[in-house]
Amino acid sequence: MPTTYEPIATTTLASAATSVTFSSIPGTYTDLVIVCQVAFVTAANEIRLRFNSDSNTNYSYTRFKGSSSSASSDRYSNENHIHIGSPGNDAVIGNSINQINNYSNTTTYKTVISRSNFINRELMATVGTWRSTSAITTIYIDNSGGQNITAGSTFTLYGIKAA
Amino acid sequence: MAVVSIKNKLRRGNLLVGNEAYIPPAFESIATVTVGSGGAASITFSNIPQTYQHLQIRSLHKGQSYGEITLNSGSWARRHYLYGDGSSASVGSDTANAMFASSSTYFYATICDLFDYTSTNKNRVYRVLNGGDNNGSGVIHLFSGLDTTTTATTSITITGTGGNNFQQYSHFALYGIKSA
Repeated sequence: MPTTYEPIATTTLASAATSVTFSSIPGTYTDLVIVCQVAFVTAANEIRLRFNSDSNTNYSYTRFKGSSSSASSDRYSNENHIHIGSPGNDAVIGNSINQINNYSNTTTYKTVISRSNFINRELMATVGTWRSTSAITTIYIDNSGGQNITAGSTFTLYGIKAA
Repeated sequence: MAVVSIKNKLRRGNLLVGNEAYIPPAFESIATVTVGSGGAASITFSNIPQTYQHLQIRSLHKGQSYGEITLNSGSWARRHYLYGDGSSASVGSDTANAMFASSSTYFYATICDLFDYTSTNKNRVYRVLNGGDNNGSGVIHLFSGLDTTTTATTSITITGTGGNNFQQYSHFALYGIKSA
């Protein structure tokens, strides 16, 4: 039986960097999963995603968050990215797991659904939409403050193949 | 049984000698349904093999307003949910059947896990991460639910609530996850 859930690419930062890119993503899977295990050199804002080098305002997202004392929800429209996690304090490791179902179809907008856990700040669930019917071939990950991501942070892209 | 290596053509007495060990995949595709132009009132995965530890349904779907999950022909005892609608976060619980949210105007993504589905001495528990966003509207959900039956799950039906269809291009894929 063929492998159904397999790693496509992994990036482990040898030195601090401001972004990570997965390019030339094959269209042969059904879904993608991006697992980010990250820390930042200095206090960081939001980790964010973009697709296919599109930095126009074609993104939107809705999220809920839980911190030590409260839960809340917010929404952002006409953005140039999708937020997928809030690292908060520097050098504290956290993770963000992002699912993109039917990423290669060319008839629907692309939906990202994610969960992130950053212990010094909050846990969060996010759903985001990229208003494009293009197949996703490139994923760009950075943070809204432009801070460096700490060396040793890992980013793994998996592909899931349906029958 | 002696075999000939596909790498170096050497004859060996062991199937694995000289070859890469075969590692069975732990996450396997069982079945996939893509909804056609006429829509579909429900999606059914039947004759589910009993050879996995857990199941996962991954979907991208459109259709008002919830997908109700039925295991075999049973009903659910209780569910809890947590969601954010862009302005506030809310929680709740009730005795409604297992569901995930959907919309007639834009696509939602859903990841649904069903644990120990073959067990005959434990109740069924599911969890869902589900949401959709439409650039100004949308909801992100967490659901969990309990089915108090102890019958092994052999079929799963997902029905659009209120008799509404899932629309064209909706896509549901069932996967099995093996244990060691």
